[in-house]
Amino acid sequence: MTTHVEIADTVRAERIRLPLHWLGVVPFTIFVLLFLILPTMKIAVGAFQTPEGGFTVTNLYNLFTPSILAAFDISIRISFASALLGCLIGFAMSAALVLGGLPQAIRGPLMTFSGVASNFAGVPLAFAFIATLGPAGFITLFLRDDFDINLRAMGFNLLSFWGLTITYLFFQIPLMILIITPALDGLKREWREAASILGATNAQYWRLVAFPILLPSILGTFALLFANSFGAVATAIALTGSSLSIVPILLYAQIRGDVLGNPNLGYALAFGMIVVTGLANAIYVWLRARSERWMK
Amino acid sequence: MKRFWAWGALIVGLLYFILPLIGMTNFSLKMRRGVYSFDAYAVVLGDPRFQQTFTYSVTLALLTIIVGVVLVVPTAYWVRLKLPWLRPYIEFITLLPLVIPAIVIVFGYIRLYNTSSWLPLTATSLGTDALLVFGYTTLALPYMYRAVDTGLRTIDVTTLTEAAQSMGAGWFTIIGKVILPNVLLAVLSGAFLTFAIVIGEFTMAALLNRPAFGPYMQLLGANRAYEPAALAVIAFVITWGCLGLIQLVSRFQKSAQRPV
Repeated sequence: MTTHVEIADTVRAERIRLPLHWLGVVPFTIFVLLFLILPTMKIAVGAFQTPEGGFTVTNLYNLFTPSILAAFDISIRISFASALLGCLIGFAMSAALVLGGLPQAIRGPLMTFSGVASNFAGVPLAFAFIATLGPAGFITLFLRDDFDINLRAMGFNLLSFWGLTITYLFFQIPLMILIITPALDGLKREWREAASILGATNAQYWRLVAFPILLPSILGTFALLFANSFGAVATAIALTGSSLSIVPILLYAQIRGDVLGNPNLGYALAFGMIVVTGLANAIYVWLRARSERWMK
Repeated sequence: MKRFWAWGALIVGLLYFILPLIGMTNFSLKMRRGVYSFDAYAVVLGDPRFQQTFTYSVTLALLTIIVGVVLVVPTAYWVRLKLPWLRPYIEFITLLPLVIPAIVIVFGYIRLYNTSSWLPLTATSLGTDALLVFGYTTLALPYMYRAVDTGLRTIDVTTLTEAAQSMGAGWFTIIGKVILPNVLLAVLSGAFLTFAIVIGEFTMAALLNRPAFGPYMQLLGANRAYEPAALAVIAFVITWGCLGLIQLVSRFQKSAQRPV
């Protein structure tokens, strides 16, 4: 008898405790609210506020000045170029690895190296490129002394659109390799066989079968790479000081010293960054979901 | 023919990666005129500010790992056990730090936790250190959560929990003595990645004015010629070490999962 009562008790206790399951995620929720959601909300709300706290769109309107627009323009162009080249070169290297009949032994080291290189961003990366392509860099001097090619006279400067793009590629290409290699692995041998049985040439197989399947992952990774370089602060600052006016550097200077004179314009600038990276990532998520239908 | 193009693509690509590495190594050895020497390394390693900032960042990295593990392991475990419908939402949230640039997050911290706010964390240096640790935990969240969640997928959470409960274990015992040891390898790979991210992080530390390794490197880069290259080599070796340890750990993980 007693056991029955005990079981009934436990069942009742279970039933009473059931709605308390959510308590287990409370610490996580509080943490995320305090250190991720609320700070971001503060920026987003601040972008629409006057210094006194009233609603306004003046801050966003003020973004449309020539200097800030120019910063967004060059930031977007650098991000676009480094994402595009990162995708192309990363795809070529990954395709060489997966489909080019290279020995499998180089696969492991290349993937590990990609992991390292995609994390080797920030200040040290800038130093590496200054030591290589800077005014006294190893390649600059080599080309000047041995081939009589003067990069600086030709107008190349590390503190420029191309300088930043080339530097960013050092973490963009490996990221593409890390993401696209599994997608290339997912191309089923049967698809190629089916295509060739139906009389397709190799080019037709790529144009009509493989490429459409890979396209969403490629475009999706492109969006991720775009956001990745758009938010990069440390590399840019270590590379250029603050001589090149791109959005992250502008925001950095604004936070440090209110150079724009109006703290709420800083909010608007940061909000603009969230909008750009948010859009890029929304595209990524959407395309990712589409491409995963084929990867089962 | 195909193989020729494959080798070509690979070698051209690898050249791009190897040249800057050669460049920085070469430059770091040229401090003494005319001969290769380790002078730049000696200067860097002997600089008391290097030792201070490096120690500071290592400490912060270890604290970040502890906070991350304490935060993520119980949450991921609990969500898998009791609230599986919540998983996609939690996963989405943990990916947000990849979307929102770090500079925006830290800007929010500065405005939200300044001296005149409801929680004036930046009023004291200890409070700012804590804020920086939480900031780094946030930055590492995508990697830590994914690592732990992948680890949990390979074990039978429900059975382990019931077994432990039937022997009278409470929640702390279950998480600390049953779940954590079972996902330890996954936690370690998350921890090494966290370390690699935190050790040279610049933006948050610089904007919160903390004496970390990242801002020190940047300062040195603005004022010196050869020492920054030596620092870059050191940072590269650290990153390589962390990622190498992850490889090692995941190899253990695979052999541990193989049925006997």
